[in-house]
Amino acid sequence: MAKTIEQHFDDLRGTRVWRSIFRSGTGSSTLKRALAIQQNVFLHLFSTKVRTRLLSFSATWYLGTMTFGTFLILVATGIPLMLYYHPSAPQAYADTKDLQFVVSSGLFLRNLHRWSAHTMVFLVFAHMFKVFYRGAYRTPREFNWVIGVILLLITLLLSYTGYLLPWDQLAYWAITVGSNIASAVPGMGNQIHFLLLGGNAVNANALLRFYVLHCMILPLIAMLFVAIHFWRIRKDGGLYSYASEPATLRASAESGAVAAKEAQ
Amino acid sequence: MADSKDFTAGIDSNAKKSPRRIVFITRRTSAQVKADTEDQVQTFPEVLFRAAVAIQVLAIALVWVALLFNAPLEGLADPSHTPNPAKAPWYFLGLQEMLHYFPPVVAGVMVPGLVVIALIVIPYFKVNIEAEGLFLKDRMRRLRAFYFVAIALSLFLLFFKVYAALVPTLIMGAVMLLAAQSSPQSSTAFRRYLAARPLSYWVMTWFLFELVVLTGIGTFFRGPGWSWVWPWQGS
Repeated sequence: MAKTIEQHFDDLRGTRVWRSIFRSGTGSSTLKRALAIQQNVFLHLFSTKVRTRLLSFSATWYLGTMTFGTFLILVATGIPLMLYYHPSAPQAYADTKDLQFVVSSGLFLRNLHRWSAHTMVFLVFAHMFKVFYRGAYRTPREFNWVIGVILLLITLLLSYTGYLLPWDQLAYWAITVGSNIASAVPGMGNQIHFLLLGGNAVNANALLRFYVLHCMILPLIAMLFVAIHFWRIRKDGGLYSYASEPATLRASAESGAVAAKEAQ
Repeated sequence: MADSKDFTAGIDSNAKKSPRRIVFITRRTSAQVKADTEDQVQTFPEVLFRAAVAIQVLAIALVWVALLFNAPLEGLADPSHTPNPAKAPWYFLGLQEMLHYFPPVVAGVMVPGLVVIALIVIPYFKVNIEAEGLFLKDRMRRLRAFYFVAIALSLFLLFFKVYAALVPTLIMGAVMLLAAQSSPQSSTAFRRYLAARPLSYWVMTWFLFELVVLTGIGTFFRGPGWSWVWPWQGS
Protein backbone atom coordinates (compact mmCIF):
# COMPACT_ATOMS: atom_id res chain seq x y z
CA MET A 1 0.00 0.00 0.00
CA ALA A 2 1.34 3.40 -0.91
CA LYS A 3 2.30 5.70 1.91
CA THR A 4 0.30 8.85 2.55
CA ILE A 5 1.96 12.28 2.54
CA GLU A 6 1.65 12.33 6.29
CA GLN A 7 3.52 9.06 6.61
CA HIS A 8 6.27 10.34 4.34
CA PHE A 9 6.53 13.40 6.53
CA ASP A 10 6.76 11.19 9.61
CA ASP A 11 9.57 9.25 7.94
CA LEU A 12 11.34 12.50 7.17
CA ARG A 13 11.08 13.58 10.79
CA GLY A 14 12.56 10.27 11.85
CA THR A 15 15.69 10.64 9.72
CA ARG A 16 19.07 11.27 11.34
CA VAL A 17 19.48 14.60 9.57
CA TRP A 18 16.11 15.90 10.81
CA ARG A 19 16.83 14.67 14.33
CA SER A 20 20.21 16.42 14.25
CA ILE A 21 18.52 19.77 13.42
CA PHE A 22 15.47 19.61 15.70
CA ARG A 23 16.45 18.40 19.15
CA SER A 24 12.93 17.78 20.48
CA GLY A 25 12.29 14.64 18.44
CA THR A 26 9.08 13.37 16.91
CA GLY A 27 5.73 12.49 18.38
CA SER A 28 2.56 14.32 19.30
CA SER A 29 2.51 13.72 23.06
CA THR A 30 2.05 16.72 25.33
CA LEU A 31 5.70 16.44 26.32
CA LYS A 32 6.92 16.45 22.72
CA ARG A 33 4.70 19.41 21.86
CA ALA A 34 6.00 21.32 24.86
CA LEU A 35 9.56 20.47 23.85
CA ALA A 36 8.89 21.72 20.30
CA ILE A 37 8.47 25.17 21.84
CA GLN A 38 10.94 24.96 24.67
CA GLN A 39 13.82 23.43 22.68
CA ASN A 40 13.63 25.95 19.81
CA VAL A 41 15.76 29.06 20.08
CA PHE A 42 13.07 31.29 18.53
CA LEU A 43 9.94 29.63 19.88
CA HIS A 44 11.25 29.31 23.42
CA LEU A 45 10.45 33.02 23.78
CA PHE A 46 6.83 31.82 24.13
CA SER A 47 5.32 29.73 26.86
CA THR A 48 4.49 26.12 26.06
CA LYS A 49 0.85 26.60 27.02
CA VAL A 50 -1.63 29.44 26.64
CA ARG A 51 -4.89 29.97 28.50
CA THR A 52 -7.74 29.02 26.19
CA ARG A 53 -9.84 32.09 26.96
CA LEU A 54 -7.08 34.35 25.57
CA LEU A 55 -7.20 32.67 22.17
CA SER A 56 -10.65 34.06 21.42
CA PHE A 57 -10.58 36.86 18.88
CA SER A 58 -12.23 39.36 21.21
CA ALA A 59 -9.51 38.98 23.87
CA THR A 60 -6.68 40.55 21.85
CA TRP A 61 -8.03 41.03 18.29
CA TYR A 62 -4.65 39.44 17.42
CA LEU A 63 -3.27 42.98 17.02
CA GLY A 64 0.20 42.18 18.36
CA THR A 65 0.43 39.08 16.17
CA MET A 66 -0.60 41.05 13.11
CA THR A 67 1.85 43.86 13.92
CA PHE A 68 4.59 41.23 13.92
CA GLY A 69 3.14 39.97 10.63
CA THR A 70 3.53 43.40 9.01
CA PHE A 71 7.11 43.48 10.30
CA LEU A 72 7.81 40.13 8.58
CA ILE A 73 6.23 41.38 5.33
CA LEU A 74 8.31 44.58 5.54
CA VAL A 75 11.55 42.61 5.96
CA ALA A 76 10.60 40.23 3.15
CA THR A 77 9.79 43.07 0.72
CA GLY A 78 12.46 45.47 1.99
CA ILE A 79 15.42 43.22 1.20
CA PRO A 80 14.54 42.77 -2.51
CA LEU A 81 13.86 46.51 -2.73
CA MET A 82 17.41 47.16 -1.46
CA LEU A 83 18.80 45.21 -4.43
CA TYR A 84 17.43 47.81 -6.85
CA TYR A 85 18.16 50.94 -4.87
CA HIS A 86 21.15 53.28 -4.52
CA PRO A 87 20.97 55.68 -1.56
CA SER A 88 22.36 58.66 -3.46
CA ALA A 89 20.68 61.77 -4.82
CA PRO A 90 19.22 61.96 -7.42
CA GLN A 91 19.91 58.29 -8.36
CA ALA A 92 17.49 57.17 -5.61
CA TYR A 93 14.59 58.77 -7.48
CA ALA A 94 15.61 57.13 -10.77
CA ASP A 95 15.81 53.76 -8.98
CA THR A 96 12.34 54.27 -7.55
CA LYS A 97 11.05 55.11 -11.05
CA ASP A 98 12.73 51.94 -12.34
CA LEU A 99 10.99 49.95 -9.61
CA GLN A 100 7.70 51.41 -10.82
CA PHE A 101 8.21 50.80 -14.54
CA VAL A 102 11.22 48.52 -15.30
CA VAL A 103 11.85 45.96 -12.55
CA SER A 104 9.65 42.83 -12.72
CA SER A 105 7.04 43.08 -9.94
CA GLY A 106 8.92 46.15 -8.67
CA LEU A 107 5.71 48.13 -8.52
CA PHE A 108 4.05 45.37 -6.49
CA LEU A 109 7.04 45.10 -4.12
CA ARG A 110 7.06 48.82 -3.47
CA ASN A 111 3.28 48.99 -3.06
CA LEU A 112 3.28 46.10 -0.60
CA HIS A 113 6.15 47.63 1.37
CA ARG A 114 4.49 51.03 1.50
CA TRP A 115 1.01 49.87 2.50
CA SER A 116 2.42 47.39 5.02
CA ALA A 117 4.43 50.19 6.61
CA HIS A 118 1.33 52.37 7.04
CA THR A 119 -0.58 49.35 8.34
CA MET A 120 2.17 48.61 10.86
CA VAL A 121 2.04 52.14 12.29
CA PHE A 122 -1.75 51.86 12.57
CA LEU A 123 -1.59 48.39 14.14
CA VAL A 124 1.02 49.46 16.70
CA PHE A 125 -1.29 52.27 17.85
CA ALA A 126 -4.31 49.95 17.85
CA HIS A 127 -2.37 47.33 19.84
CA MET A 128 -1.34 49.97 22.39
CA PHE A 129 -4.89 51.21 22.94
CA LYS A 130 -6.28 47.66 23.09
CA VAL A 131 -3.69 46.72 25.74
CA PHE A 132 -4.52 49.88 27.68
CA TYR A 133 -8.28 49.33 27.68
CA ARG A 134 -7.76 45.70 28.73
CA GLY A 135 -5.69 46.96 31.66
CA ALA A 136 -2.92 44.59 30.58
CA TYR A 137 -0.18 47.00 31.69
CA ARG A 138 -0.75 46.06 35.34
CA THR A 139 1.85 44.46 37.62
CA PRO A 140 3.99 42.52 36.78
CA ARG A 141 3.71 43.67 33.17
CA GLU A 142 4.74 47.32 33.70
CA PHE A 143 8.08 47.01 31.98
CA ASN A 144 6.66 45.17 28.98
CA TRP A 145 4.35 48.16 28.50
CA VAL A 146 7.42 50.42 28.56
CA ILE A 147 9.13 48.20 25.96
CA GLY A 148 5.94 48.56 23.93
CA VAL A 149 6.22 52.36 24.05
CA ILE A 150 9.85 52.06 22.90
CA LEU A 151 8.70 49.83 20.04
CA LEU A 152 6.05 52.43 19.11
CA LEU A 153 8.78 55.07 18.83
CA ILE A 154 11.04 52.71 16.82
CA THR A 155 8.13 51.97 14.47
CA LEU A 156 7.50 55.68 13.92
CA LEU A 157 11.21 56.26 13.27
CA LEU A 158 11.36 53.30 10.86
CA SER A 159 8.39 54.64 8.94
CA TYR A 160 9.73 58.19 9.02
CA THR A 161 13.23 57.26 7.77
CA GLY A 162 11.70 55.13 5.00
CA TYR A 163 9.54 58.04 3.92
CA LEU A 164 12.58 59.95 2.56
CA LEU A 165 14.05 57.11 0.51
CA PRO A 166 12.03 57.56 -2.76
CA TRP A 167 13.57 61.07 -2.95
CA ASP A 168 10.51 62.64 -4.55
CA GLN A 169 8.82 65.91 -3.65
CA LEU A 170 6.50 64.18 -1.16
CA ALA A 171 9.43 62.56 0.65
CA TYR A 172 11.69 65.60 0.57
CA TRP A 173 9.19 68.07 2.03
CA ALA A 174 7.68 65.68 4.55
CA ILE A 175 11.15 65.09 6.00
CA THR A 176 11.91 68.83 5.82
CA VAL A 177 8.76 69.63 7.81
CA GLY A 178 9.45 66.87 10.33
CA SER A 179 13.16 67.50 10.83
CA ASN A 180 12.60 71.24 11.34
CA ILE A 181 10.80 70.32 14.55
CA ALA A 182 14.10 68.96 15.88
CA SER A 183 15.53 72.49 15.57
CA ALA A 184 13.00 73.66 18.15
CA VAL A 185 14.56 71.61 20.95
CA PRO A 186 15.78 74.22 23.45
CA GLY A 187 19.53 74.69 23.67
CA MET A 188 20.82 72.15 21.21
CA GLY A 189 18.07 72.00 18.56
CA ASN A 190 20.32 73.00 15.68
CA GLN A 191 22.96 70.47 16.67
CA ILE A 192 20.36 67.67 16.78
CA HIS A 193 18.99 68.83 13.43
CA PHE A 194 22.52 68.75 11.95
CA LEU A 195 23.26 65.33 13.44
CA LEU A 196 20.01 63.90 12.06
CA LEU A 197 20.49 65.22 8.52
CA GLY A 198 24.27 65.39 8.20
CA GLY A 199 23.83 69.01 7.08
CA ASN A 200 21.70 72.08 7.57
CA ALA A 201 19.03 70.91 5.12
CA VAL A 202 17.73 67.65 3.69
CA ASN A 203 20.40 66.63 1.16
CA ALA A 204 22.33 63.59 -0.09
CA ASN A 205 23.92 63.11 3.36
CA ALA A 206 20.48 62.97 4.98
CA LEU A 207 19.40 60.37 2.41
CA LEU A 208 22.39 58.16 3.25
CA ARG A 209 21.85 58.53 6.99
CA PHE A 210 18.17 57.72 6.72
CA TYR A 211 19.01 54.72 4.51
CA VAL A 212 21.46 53.29 7.06
CA LEU A 213 19.02 53.91 9.91
CA HIS A 214 16.10 52.46 7.95
CA CYS A 215 17.75 49.32 6.58
CA MET A 216 20.24 48.45 9.29
CA ILE A 217 20.22 50.17 12.67
CA LEU A 218 16.50 50.54 13.40
CA PRO A 219 15.48 47.04 12.20
CA LEU A 220 18.18 45.49 14.41
CA ILE A 221 17.04 47.51 17.43
CA ALA A 222 13.42 46.62 16.63
CA MET A 223 14.21 42.89 16.48
CA LEU A 224 16.04 43.06 19.81
CA PHE A 225 13.12 44.78 21.55
CA VAL A 226 10.52 42.57 19.86
CA ALA A 227 12.38 39.53 21.23
CA ILE A 228 12.36 41.00 24.74
CA HIS A 229 8.70 42.00 24.31
CA PHE A 230 7.68 38.42 23.41
CA TRP A 231 9.90 36.84 26.08
CA ARG A 232 8.47 39.11 28.76
CA ILE A 233 4.93 37.87 27.98
CA ARG A 234 6.04 34.40 29.13
CA LYS A 235 8.06 35.66 32.09
CA ASP A 236 5.22 37.89 33.28
CA GLY A 237 2.78 34.99 33.45
CA GLY A 238 1.29 34.89 29.96
CA LEU A 239 -1.20 37.21 28.31
CA TYR A 240 -3.14 39.32 30.78
CA SER A 241 -6.58 38.17 31.76
CA TYR A 242 -8.46 39.94 34.52
CA ALA A 243 -10.13 36.73 35.67
CA SER A 244 -6.76 34.96 36.02
CA GLU A 245 -5.07 37.69 38.06
CA PRO A 246 -3.79 36.68 41.52
CA ALA A 247 -5.63 39.65 43.06
CA THR A 248 -8.91 38.65 41.39
CA LEU A 249 -8.47 35.03 42.47
CA ARG A 250 -7.70 36.08 46.05
CA ALA A 251 -10.71 38.38 46.15
CA SER A 252 -13.02 35.68 44.79
CA ALA A 253 -11.54 33.14 47.22
CA GLU A 254 -12.07 35.56 50.13
CA SER A 255 -15.63 36.40 49.08
CA GLY A 256 -16.22 32.68 48.76
CA ALA A 257 -14.90 32.13 52.28
CA VAL A 258 -17.09 34.95 53.61
CA ALA A 259 -20.13 33.46 51.88
CA ALA A 260 -19.32 30.04 53.36
CA LYS A 261 -19.00 31.55 56.84
CA GLU A 262 -22.30 33.39 56.53
CA ALA A 263 -23.98 30.20 55.36
CA GLN A 264 -22.98 28.38 58.56
CA MET B 1 -1.49 22.17 74.08
CA ALA B 2 0.54 23.44 77.02
CA ASP B 3 3.61 21.43 76.00
CA SER B 4 6.66 23.59 75.51
CA LYS B 5 7.73 23.83 71.90
CA ASP B 6 10.84 21.94 70.89
CA PHE B 7 11.95 24.68 68.52
CA THR B 8 12.67 28.37 68.66
CA ALA B 9 11.87 30.92 66.03
CA GLY B 10 14.81 32.74 64.56
CA ILE B 11 16.27 33.96 61.30
CA ASP B 12 19.04 31.84 59.86
CA SER B 13 19.81 30.88 56.32
CA ASN B 14 22.80 28.69 57.06
CA ALA B 15 21.71 25.08 56.50
CA LYS B 16 24.91 23.66 58.02
CA LYS B 17 24.56 25.52 61.30
CA SER B 18 20.86 24.99 61.87
CA PRO B 19 19.74 22.03 59.80
CA ARG B 20 16.14 22.02 61.05
CA ARG B 21 14.37 25.13 59.83
CA ILE B 22 10.81 26.25 59.56
CA VAL B 23 9.29 28.61 57.05
CA PHE B 24 7.17 31.52 58.20
CA ILE B 25 5.10 33.08 55.47
CA THR B 26 4.36 36.59 56.65
CA ARG B 27 1.89 39.02 55.15
CA ARG B 28 2.85 40.67 51.89
CA THR B 29 5.59 38.09 51.24
CA SER B 30 3.40 35.13 50.43
CA ALA B 31 3.79 33.49 47.05
CA GLN B 32 1.29 34.62 44.45
CA VAL B 33 -1.37 32.03 43.87
CA LYS B 34 -1.73 31.41 40.15
CA ALA B 35 -4.70 29.93 38.37
CA ASP B 36 -3.60 26.44 37.47
CA THR B 37 -7.09 25.12 36.99
CA GLU B 38 -7.84 27.28 33.97
CA ASP B 39 -8.16 25.63 30.57
CA GLN B 40 -4.93 25.76 28.62
CA VAL B 41 -3.89 24.67 25.15
CA GLN B 42 -0.47 23.75 23.81
CA THR B 43 1.30 26.61 22.05
CA PHE B 44 2.47 24.06 19.47
CA PRO B 45 0.49 23.57 17.36
CA GLU B 46 -2.75 25.34 18.41
CA VAL B 47 -1.53 28.88 19.13
CA LEU B 48 1.08 28.98 16.39
CA PHE B 49 -1.57 27.82 13.93
CA ARG B 50 -3.91 30.65 14.94
CA ALA B 51 -1.09 33.19 14.73
CA ALA B 52 -0.19 31.91 11.26
CA VAL B 53 -3.83 32.24 10.15
CA ALA B 54 -4.01 35.82 11.50
CA ILE B 55 -0.80 36.76 9.65
CA GLN B 56 -2.00 35.02 6.49
CA VAL B 57 -5.32 36.89 6.47
CA LEU B 58 -3.45 40.16 6.96
CA ALA B 59 -0.95 39.29 4.21
CA ILE B 60 -3.70 38.42 1.74
CA ALA B 61 -5.50 41.70 2.49
CA LEU B 62 -2.29 43.69 2.04
CA VAL B 63 -1.45 41.91 -1.22
CA TRP B 64 -4.87 42.88 -2.55
CA VAL B 65 -4.32 46.49 -1.53
CA ALA B 66 -0.86 46.44 -3.13
CA LEU B 67 -2.30 45.05 -6.37
CA LEU B 68 -5.13 47.58 -6.52
CA PHE B 69 -3.53 50.80 -5.26
CA ASN B 70 -0.19 52.26 -6.26
CA ALA B 71 2.08 53.93 -3.74
CA PRO B 72 2.36 57.66 -4.42
CA LEU B 73 5.40 58.92 -6.30
CA GLU B 74 5.71 62.59 -7.17
CA GLY B 75 8.36 64.52 -9.11
CA LEU B 76 12.05 64.55 -8.27
CA ALA B 77 12.89 66.25 -4.96
CA ASP B 78 13.40 69.97 -5.60
CA PRO B 79 14.61 72.11 -2.69
CA SER B 80 13.78 75.30 -4.62
CA HIS B 81 10.10 74.45 -5.09
CA THR B 82 8.05 74.09 -1.92
CA PRO B 83 4.68 72.39 -2.38
CA ASN B 84 1.80 74.12 -0.60
CA PRO B 85 0.93 72.65 1.81
CA ALA B 86 4.00 70.57 2.67
CA LYS B 87 2.65 67.74 4.81
CA ALA B 88 4.43 65.29 7.10
CA PRO B 89 3.49 61.57 7.07
CA TRP B 90 -0.11 61.03 8.23
CA TYR B 91 0.82 59.84 11.74
CA PHE B 92 2.57 63.17 12.38
CA LEU B 93 -0.25 65.35 11.01
CA GLY B 94 -1.80 65.67 14.47
CA LEU B 95 1.47 67.24 15.58
CA GLN B 96 1.63 69.40 12.45
CA GLU B 97 -1.90 70.60 13.21
CA MET B 98 -0.70 71.59 16.70
CA LEU B 99 2.27 73.40 15.10
CA HIS B 100 -0.28 75.57 13.33
CA TYR B 101 -1.41 76.98 16.70
CA PHE B 102 1.61 76.81 18.98
CA PRO B 103 5.32 77.60 18.60
CA PRO B 104 7.48 74.61 17.59
CA VAL B 105 9.04 74.30 21.05
CA VAL B 106 5.56 73.70 22.50
CA ALA B 107 3.85 71.67 19.76
CA GLY B 108 6.90 69.88 18.42
CA VAL B 109 8.98 69.19 21.52
CA MET B 110 7.00 69.61 24.75
CA VAL B 111 3.69 68.01 23.69
CA PRO B 112 5.17 64.83 22.13
CA GLY B 113 7.73 64.62 24.93
CA LEU B 114 5.02 64.81 27.58
CA VAL B 115 2.88 62.29 25.71
CA VAL B 116 5.75 59.76 25.61
CA ILE B 117 6.55 60.31 29.31
CA ALA B 118 2.87 60.01 30.20
CA LEU B 119 2.59 56.73 28.28
CA ILE B 120 5.67 55.29 29.97
CA VAL B 121 4.57 56.10 33.53
CA ILE B 122 0.97 54.77 33.17
CA PRO B 123 1.63 51.38 34.86
CA TYR B 124 3.61 52.94 37.72
CA PHE B 125 0.75 54.93 39.24
CA LYS B 126 -1.54 53.28 41.69
CA VAL B 127 -4.54 55.26 40.46
CA ASN B 128 -4.18 53.49 37.10
CA ILE B 129 -3.95 50.07 38.72
CA GLU B 130 -6.88 50.18 41.12
CA ALA B 131 -9.19 51.44 38.40
CA GLU B 132 -12.22 52.50 40.42
CA GLY B 133 -14.94 54.65 38.93
CA LEU B 134 -13.73 58.26 38.93
CA PHE B 135 -16.73 59.83 40.63
CA LEU B 136 -17.74 56.95 42.90
CA LYS B 137 -15.65 57.99 45.89
CA ASP B 138 -15.15 61.50 47.30
CA ARG B 139 -17.58 62.80 44.68
CA MET B 140 -17.76 66.55 45.47
CA ARG B 141 -14.00 67.05 45.71
CA ARG B 142 -13.38 65.14 42.49
CA LEU B 143 -16.14 67.05 40.70
CA ARG B 144 -14.51 70.34 41.74
CA ALA B 145 -11.13 69.12 40.46
CA PHE B 146 -12.79 68.00 37.22
CA TYR B 147 -14.49 71.40 36.72
CA PHE B 148 -11.23 73.20 37.41
CA VAL B 149 -9.17 71.13 34.93
CA ALA B 150 -11.87 71.05 32.23
CA ILE B 151 -12.56 74.80 32.38
CA ALA B 152 -8.88 75.75 32.53
CA LEU B 153 -8.10 73.50 29.54
CA SER B 154 -11.07 74.79 27.55
CA LEU B 155 -10.17 78.44 28.25
CA PHE B 156 -6.57 77.75 27.26
CA LEU B 157 -7.66 76.18 23.94
CA LEU B 158 -10.19 78.99 23.41
CA PHE B 159 -7.54 81.65 24.05
CA PHE B 160 -5.27 80.18 21.36
CA LYS B 161 -8.32 79.56 19.07
CA VAL B 162 -7.57 75.80 18.90
CA TYR B 163 -11.17 74.94 18.05
CA ALA B 164 -10.06 71.61 16.53
CA ALA B 165 -8.93 70.45 19.98
CA LEU B 166 -11.58 72.39 21.92
CA VAL B 167 -14.58 70.58 20.43
CA PRO B 168 -13.40 67.05 21.39
CA THR B 169 -12.50 68.38 24.84
CA LEU B 170 -16.00 69.78 25.37
CA ILE B 171 -17.62 66.56 24.13
CA MET B 172 -15.47 64.50 26.51
CA GLY B 173 -16.31 66.91 29.33
CA ALA B 174 -20.02 66.45 28.67
CA VAL B 175 -19.69 62.65 28.70
CA MET B 176 -17.73 62.84 31.96
CA LEU B 177 -20.47 64.99 33.49
CA LEU B 178 -22.96 62.31 32.50
CA ALA B 179 -20.67 59.77 34.17
CA ALA B 180 -20.65 61.91 37.33
CA GLN B 181 -24.46 61.82 37.34
CA SER B 182 -24.45 58.03 36.93
CA SER B 183 -23.92 55.34 39.50
CA PRO B 184 -23.72 51.52 39.61
CA GLN B 185 -27.49 51.65 40.32
CA SER B 186 -28.33 53.64 37.16
CA SER B 187 -31.13 52.31 35.02
CA THR B 188 -29.28 51.89 31.70
CA ALA B 189 -26.26 49.68 31.09
CA PHE B 190 -24.48 52.52 29.30
CA ARG B 191 -24.63 54.79 32.39
CA ARG B 192 -23.55 51.98 34.70
CA TYR B 193 -20.62 51.50 32.31
CA LEU B 194 -19.75 55.22 32.44
CA ALA B 195 -19.96 55.31 36.23
CA ALA B 196 -17.38 52.55 36.55
CA ARG B 197 -14.76 54.20 34.31
CA PRO B 198 -11.58 55.23 36.16
CA LEU B 199 -9.50 58.38 35.68
CA SER B 200 -6.96 56.69 33.39
CA TYR B 201 -9.79 55.66 31.06
CA TRP B 202 -10.98 59.27 30.71
CA VAL B 203 -7.50 60.69 30.12
CA MET B 204 -6.59 58.02 27.56
CA THR B 205 -9.93 58.28 25.75
CA TRP B 206 -9.58 62.06 25.56
CA PHE B 207 -6.07 61.58 24.14
CA LEU B 208 -7.33 59.02 21.58
CA PHE B 209 -10.20 61.33 20.60
CA GLU B 210 -7.85 64.30 20.10
CA LEU B 211 -5.36 62.12 18.21
CA VAL B 212 -8.02 60.90 15.76
CA VAL B 213 -9.63 64.35 15.29
CA LEU B 214 -6.37 66.28 14.85
CA THR B 215 -4.84 63.64 12.55
CA GLY B 216 -8.07 63.52 10.53
CA ILE B 217 -8.18 67.31 10.16
CA GLY B 218 -4.49 67.45 9.19
CA THR B 219 -4.98 64.71 6.62
CA PHE B 220 -8.28 65.65 4.98
CA PHE B 221 -9.16 69.25 5.84
CA ARG B 222 -5.96 71.24 5.33
CA GLY B 223 -5.02 72.95 2.07
CA PRO B 224 -2.68 75.72 0.87
CA GLY B 225 -1.24 77.80 3.72
CA TRP B 226 -2.76 75.25 6.14
CA SER B 227 -6.16 76.82 5.46
CA TRP B 228 -9.37 74.87 6.02
CA VAL B 229 -10.60 73.06 2.89
CA TRP B 230 -13.31 70.46 2.50
CA PRO B 231 -12.19 67.12 1.15
CA TRP B 232 -14.48 67.41 -1.86
CA GLN B 233 -13.10 70.82 -2.88
CA GLY B 234 -9.91 69.19 -4.27
CA SER B 235 -6.71 71.08 -4.91
